[in-house]
Amino acid sequence: MLIEAALSGLILGGMYALVAMGLSLQYGVARIMNLSYGELLVAASFSAWALFTGAAVNPLAGLLAVVPAAFAASWLVYRLLLAPLVRRARTRDALEVDTILATFGLAFVVQGVMLGFFGGAYYSYGYLAVPVKILGATVAVNRLIALGVAVAIGLALYFGLTRTRAGTAVRAVAVDPESARLVAIDVRATAGFAFALGGALVAAGGVLVSMFLTFNANLGVLFTMKALIVVIMGGVGNLLGALIAGLLLGLTETFVATWVDPGLTLAATYSLFLLVLLARPQGLFGGSGR
Amino acid sequence: MSGRALAWGCGAAVLVGLLALVPFAADDYRLSLAISILSYTVLATAWALFSGPTRYVSLATVAFFGIGAYAVAVLGEHNPWPLVLLAALGIGVAVALVVGLATLRLSGVYFVIFTFGLAELVRQLVTWYEVNRTRTLGRYVFLDIGPAQIYWQLLALAVMVFALGILIRRSRLGLALRVIGDDEAVARHVGVNTTRVKVALFTLSAAFMTVTGAVMAPRWTYIDPAIAFNPVVSFQVLIMALLGGAHRLYGPLLGVVPLTLLFDFLLARFPNHFIMMVGVAFLLIVYAIPQGIAGLLERALGKRR
Repeated sequence: MLIEAALSGLILGGMYALVAMGLSLQYGVARIMNLSYGELLVAASFSAWALFTGAAVNPLAGLLAVVPAAFAASWLVYRLLLAPLVRRARTRDALEVDTILATFGLAFVVQGVMLGFFGGAYYSYGYLAVPVKILGATVAVNRLIALGVAVAIGLALYFGLTRTRAGTAVRAVAVDPESARLVAIDVRATAGFAFALGGALVAAGGVLVSMFLTFNANLGVLFTMKALIVVIMGGVGNLLGALIAGLLLGLTETFVATWVDPGLTLAATYSLFLLVLLARPQGLFGGSGR
Repeated sequence: MSGRALAWGCGAAVLVGLLALVPFAADDYRLSLAISILSYTVLATAWALFSGPTRYVSLATVAFFGIGAYAVAVLGEHNPWPLVLLAALGIGVAVALVVGLATLRLSGVYFVIFTFGLAELVRQLVTWYEVNRTRTLGRYVFLDIGPAQIYWQLLALAVMVFALGILIRRSRLGLALRVIGDDEAVARHVGVNTTRVKVALFTLSAAFMTVTGAVMAPRWTYIDPAIAFNPVVSFQVLIMALLGGAHRLYGPLLGVVPLTLLFDFLLARFPNHFIMMVGVAFLLIVYAIPQGIAGLLERALGKRR
């Protein structure tokens, strides 16, 4: 029981970490507080479902279609909707308010479109729902695959950011957009790239999650919420922090669902959030406060 | 009191007196529209009371509204009405204090994030409590309170929220709020206890939202967590306040009246695409008129001055 809960907690946490890394890119680099983030995740889940049930494309192959599409869509959203706000904003605080409002509206538009197509019902599909035994605990193969893919994507992102020129530029903008400009980094293009990359990550998360969770058009808010909490816990812009915080959140939720009550998982999430806010608002691994 | 203020006061009193007569003149449909307009007026004005000057976007309107409505559903049947309203108020204030004290010491983002999921959190907690403790999900609200009484109570609330708004604007508290909105660091340096001011205003604004929810509860005969904590309400209030202009006390009112009518029309004609349309309307407002109608009016009048 303990191992089973720990395993599914780790798998769920891995998904949260992946999704939160994307949000960390969007907020930490592009400086966009994206409240429509969870809606993109759910949209990716629905796309994977449609590909699987409609065209018999397995979700792993589906990733190859959904992730680039999400990258392109996020880039367009940044260029068309958010870049004008960045240009209009006089201060960082004004930009924050504007982007919060704009992405909050966008969330409702996307949610409305999904409600129009799929209604409020819960969806799921069976892909590789074969049980295997690990350390005496039973896990479905699809969960293990999801975790494996998430780890691979996370590693690729980590090495991409730390070992390549483009990744270094992204990190430079995260640290200081003004100084990044002085060393010939196109800040606006880099921000757009980081925002689109964040969208690609959350779409990957959405496809992976759809393999083993049921989902509906209203779930976006919850995923946005959890991703935000993980980002805050890990420290804004800290990918390793997001990883650990994501795992922590997944474990907490699974343990609460297993031993306390499944209806209280969000309360557990919020309690964790509250603890962080009261004790270390700069994040578990953050340095000084912003 | 100067002559001008006296004239304004008399005008307002006459207006409120006339509005109080609406239930005698209107048919059922018009009265229910008037109730919607009044309830959104209180909600949007209360929202702007805090979020307007401080620019802290609160996304938790329906959390408090729902708390008020649910308090009535649980307590309403066996207690006298004023006591029920007081109890609802107490719960709303307590929740607002917890949220405010936890988040408003920090930067605005934490507050936004916390309020973003608050309605969902309260909804899940209420659902959990109902399923595990009372084993019923959903309650009936049978109270002897008709639409006319609801209307008058809302009118009283609206008068209170406007009166309070004027008082705050003229007090040291209002000045402190405006300084916080312009630059929080400056506010701290001139000796404003920013956390206390923000928490006080947020709680006040939440109190109005809670009581509005409580007053509106008898409108539904059946209530469950999904109805009481419908996130679209938060969204609508936000749109109305922004369309009107959140930086003026009368601003939200300018947004409430046209949008209540528009939403009523849209909900009747396009129930399946309602949320999407509201989202698009919202985006248009954010991009096209960031200062709201009040901002446009000021600019138009300012040119003449």
